[in-house]
Amino acid sequence: MHRHHWLVRLCHWANAILLVGMIASGLQIYNAYQRFGPRDMQYMVLNPVKLLHGTPSAPEWSRLGGWLAGGLNWHFTLAWPFVITGLLYLLYLLFSGEWRFLLFRPRDIVPAAQMQLYYLRLRKEHPPQGKHNALQKAAYTSILVVGALAVLTGFAIYKPVQLSWLTALFGGYELTRYWHFVSVWVFVAFTILHVILVFVVDPASLRAMITGWYRGRFPSHD
Amino acid sequence: MTERKLDRRDFLRLGLVAGPVSLAAACGWDGGSAIEPRLRGFSRVNDWVGEHILQSNGRLAPEYPISMRTRDFPHYFVARPMAPMLPAPESWSLEVGGEVKKPARLTMAMIQQLPRVTYTVKHHCVEGWTAIGTWTGAPLSSVLAMVEPTDRGKYLRLDSFDRDPSGRQYYTGWDLKSAVHPQTILAYAFNDQPLRPERGAPLRLYSPVKLGYKLTKYLTRISLTTDRPGGYWEDVGYPWLGGI
Repeated sequence: MHRHHWLVRLCHWANAILLVGMIASGLQIYNAYQRFGPRDMQYMVLNPVKLLHGTPSAPEWSRLGGWLAGGLNWHFTLAWPFVITGLLYLLYLLFSGEWRFLLFRPRDIVPAAQMQLYYLRLRKEHPPQGKHNALQKAAYTSILVVGALAVLTGFAIYKPVQLSWLTALFGGYELTRYWHFVSVWVFVAFTILHVILVFVVDPASLRAMITGWYRGRFPSHD
Repeated sequence: MTERKLDRRDFLRLGLVAGPVSLAAACGWDGGSAIEPRLRGFSRVNDWVGEHILQSNGRLAPEYPISMRTRDFPHYFVARPMAPMLPAPESWSLEVGGEVKKPARLTMAMIQQLPRVTYTVKHHCVEGWTAIGTWTGAPLSSVLAMVEPTDRGKYLRLDSFDRDPSGRQYYTGWDLKSAVHPQTILAYAFNDQPLRPERGAPLRLYSPVKLGYKLTKYLTRISLTTDRPGGYWEDVGYPWLGGI
């Protein structure tokens, strides 16, 4: 059956590539000042770069742009297609009505718990589902929220004076810069889990995201 | 429905996706000589949006209480190793010319007689750090009103006597709109004290609506120009507008 509209597939793969570029150029920018907080008062916050790499400096292979100016120019160029494809996707969800299959709502809480039990082998039969199961809905809904937050915090530190109301909403420039950095690690964790689940649970979904046609083992129960 | 283990084809597919993606990010690549100029060209689009859509001169940068001033406010100049200093500071004056009807040469006494603006604001460095300090000076708009830019005067070029060891002079280019922002000043005092050499003495540009690299210190001349001037950092790739 046909599962993904061409616009969804286009936005998905464009987003995958753009996200890598945004993160790599973002790490280049981050590297110019590897701390968070005002100049004379460093925040004691978790820094995944330090955790993973031993030092707060992002490794060279993870950076794009070569130096700060190069990173900035990449970041502010890729930001356009990144935001535009994001908006296109949201508009598609809205006008196609497909948001109904994707948006996690209170009624999905019980099915999500059932799905979790199934994955933990505490429940035998696969709970009935629509296009996506309830856990997928939770994941795809929250990553959209994180995407929106990444864009908004990005704007807030790009124009902290012109958009000072937005910057204040996120707790001021220094904290907003940290939230923007945190969104990177949510994206990284999501992507790793997302790719693993595709291959382990439903490899046919990869073909569906490329050709649009799904021939896997999770037909919609709708 | 049967359980399916990962097979070789699946890993091949994974590789097909992951390969180009990781290549794009590989090794701190700067985009190469082909893409880099295009990115700098595209930066003009962001300059335009920044100046014409995202910026309003009615919007003032928030002010902070004096108690929030940053200890050890960083200072910066391109001369090495010592801060640039004039051999005869008493004979310093600021030349204002170019596309103006009434070119002027302003002494420090004349500048200090202009309306005085003092504010405690947050400084944003392009590197990502911030610092709060108090700046005092004359609005740049009052100097511009004095010299009366012609219709051909669309940009400002701000020159300094700061030179890096290779002899390149520090200068910046500004849009007229940011120049007449009420918080854009020719500053002669920092934290209630006359500017010290490391802060840009005798006179520097200050504005909380631009990044630090746009705020020329050690001013010697302001010229109104028809063509967009470059800048010390802008010429090597930093975004031209630097508006925040």
